[in-house]
Amino acid sequence: MLKIDNLHVKLEEEDKQILKGVTLEVPAGEVHAIMGPNGSGKSTLSYVLSGRDGYEVTEGSAMLGDIDLLELEPEERAAAGMFLAFQYPVEIPGVGNMTFLRTAVNAQRKARGQEEMSAADFLKFVRAKAKDLKIDADMLKRPVNVGFSGGEKKRNEILQMAMLEPKMCILDETDSGLDVDAMKLVSDGVNALRDENRGFLVITHYQRLLDHIVPDVVHIMAGGRIVKSGGPELALEVEKNGYADLMETA
Amino acid sequence: MAIAKEKLLARRRDALSARLETLTLPEGGAWITEARKTALARLETMGLPTGRDEYWRFTKPESLNAAEPEPAAVFDHGEETPVFDAVERTRIVFVDGVFDAAQSDDLSVDGIEIERLEDAARADIHWAKDIYGAIETRGQTPVERPHAALNTAFATDGVLIRVTGKAEKPVSLIYQHKNETSDAFLHNVVRVEAGGELTLLENGPAAARFNKVLEVDIAAGGRLHHIRAQGRDHERRAVTGMFVRQDEDSLFKSFTLTVNGRLTRNEIYVDLEGPNASAHVAGAALGHGDFHHDDTVFIRHDAENCESRQVFKKVLQEGAIGTFQGKILVERGAQKTDGYQKSQSLLLDDGANFLAKPELEIYADDVACSHGSTSGAIDKDMLFYLRARGIDEKTAMDLLVIAFVAEAMEEVEDERFREELVERLEGWLLRRRG
Repeated sequence: MLKIDNLHVKLEEEDKQILKGVTLEVPAGEVHAIMGPNGSGKSTLSYVLSGRDGYEVTEGSAMLGDIDLLELEPEERAAAGMFLAFQYPVEIPGVGNMTFLRTAVNAQRKARGQEEMSAADFLKFVRAKAKDLKIDADMLKRPVNVGFSGGEKKRNEILQMAMLEPKMCILDETDSGLDVDAMKLVSDGVNALRDENRGFLVITHYQRLLDHIVPDVVHIMAGGRIVKSGGPELALEVEKNGYADLMETA
Repeated sequence: MAIAKEKLLARRRDALSARLETLTLPEGGAWITEARKTALARLETMGLPTGRDEYWRFTKPESLNAAEPEPAAVFDHGEETPVFDAVERTRIVFVDGVFDAAQSDDLSVDGIEIERLEDAARADIHWAKDIYGAIETRGQTPVERPHAALNTAFATDGVLIRVTGKAEKPVSLIYQHKNETSDAFLHNVVRVEAGGELTLLENGPAAARFNKVLEVDIAAGGRLHHIRAQGRDHERRAVTGMFVRQDEDSLFKSFTLTVNGRLTRNEIYVDLEGPNASAHVAGAALGHGDFHHDDTVFIRHDAENCESRQVFKKVLQEGAIGTFQGKILVERGAQKTDGYQKSQSLLLDDGANFLAKPELEIYADDVACSHGSTSGAIDKDMLFYLRARGIDEKTAMDLLVIAFVAEAMEEVEDERFREELVERLEGWLLRRRG
């Protein structure tokens, strides 16, 4: 599904190398977790894969199936099936959440050659998905993420994911700022989307999210590289001993 | 200094005499003849503005002063219906500044009296006598607005509206532009009697060059909702003056949407004379290329407990210029004043220009006033967030443009009109992309 090979990335504006040869493959149907200390390049990886400005790929590749992601605009990547759940979902005053969701769903449908959804069908669709995530009508009416609590913002991210039905989901520290109940709600939302045709890359600092979203593979990232990969037990090891040990043995 | 002042005044008078060459004071009944003569006398002491005048530094007055207007092509709307078309309303149509009875509805409406200025002007005595030119005169201090005095002196058409109850449906003034060289004056007066309520709609470019004055007098507890769309003709020019006087507990809400137009200067003067009155004036102006839009607003708080709100948004690109001059004046006795002023521009490229002059002048000690003026580009994080969800860059930009002007549009209380204006704006943005 997602195949990253020897990816090197520097900041566009300054001569600072962030990713120094990331190689990673997430097959369809699997959940991979990336853990790592601050500044290891986890968020950069998620931004580069989704097409944010400000980065320059100096070497390597990132493919989604047989599509070269790095060649595409952010919206084309989204239409191809990439989805990034933001660590800090952006507040957009003046744009209603509902308008935003409908525009996004229809833009992707259009890009894939499907018919746009009617207002009535869309309403049914969004209500059903919102209900599962305990997102009420008021949150749908309000401007995108404006005045949302941390938990509400993250639930709104998962709602978008559920509606856009991407092939490859990247969750960038989706657990940050969540209390136990919210974490459970968000995790349930993610788990409901797990299926054999969809891949997940879950970026997190903490093992606790992985109790709820159980990964198939855990990668440890440090210094712009994947330094170790293993099963879920690797996350427990990190939780117990920290990153320092692992980085020494790597 | 005195010499410089004399020189400036001489220039202003020269500009006026050049303008007056093509104008003759219209005839009418006693009351209006008096008002016109007084206006001309006032005008002669002021002259017409020059680029040296303090409130004309951002906007060149020459094309508004000139004896003849520059021609302006008539915009072809194609299949598109005019704004507010689907709304049940009393239509009053002017073509290039001249009343068109054939296109207008019957002017007898329950709860309101509507009269053409021409008819009222023939009467010996008229209720509008104390308003016509009087609120405009009040609005000449402390800043002179010569084009409005010119209008009071020379306008022959327009409507006088007296609202005695709650109007059942909006009154809609439609300004069609059909002649490429038309030069139009219109002078409208609205008197909202105690407890009366009206929605006044205005739309259309009106003429190649349009000079319009709207005088509004709202008695205690009266309410006027004003919604205006200034037409899409690219080459038109307009100078408009809205002069409002409000008694206690009255409400005035005004929103103007401007897209296109080579030059638009919208002046607003509001006098809050009675306690607990509320005035909200807002505008959204969007343009590119040869587009110059000027909002010059003056709100005078002269009674306790009044609230005023100014929200002006401009979206500019490809050399377009937006200007905002806004002032809140709080007089000595106007305690508990709540004054708010916000003017913002969104510059879509490096060529666009926004000039702002926000002012507060406060003589009371127990007031809450704020003003803020900003200009900036599209927020990159917002743009990326939208694009990451599959929304293409242009659509995402348009969404953010609509979002940017939303705060001004919120001043349109009636959802029907607000939604229609948003739809129109979406359509306009879509067409602009080509």
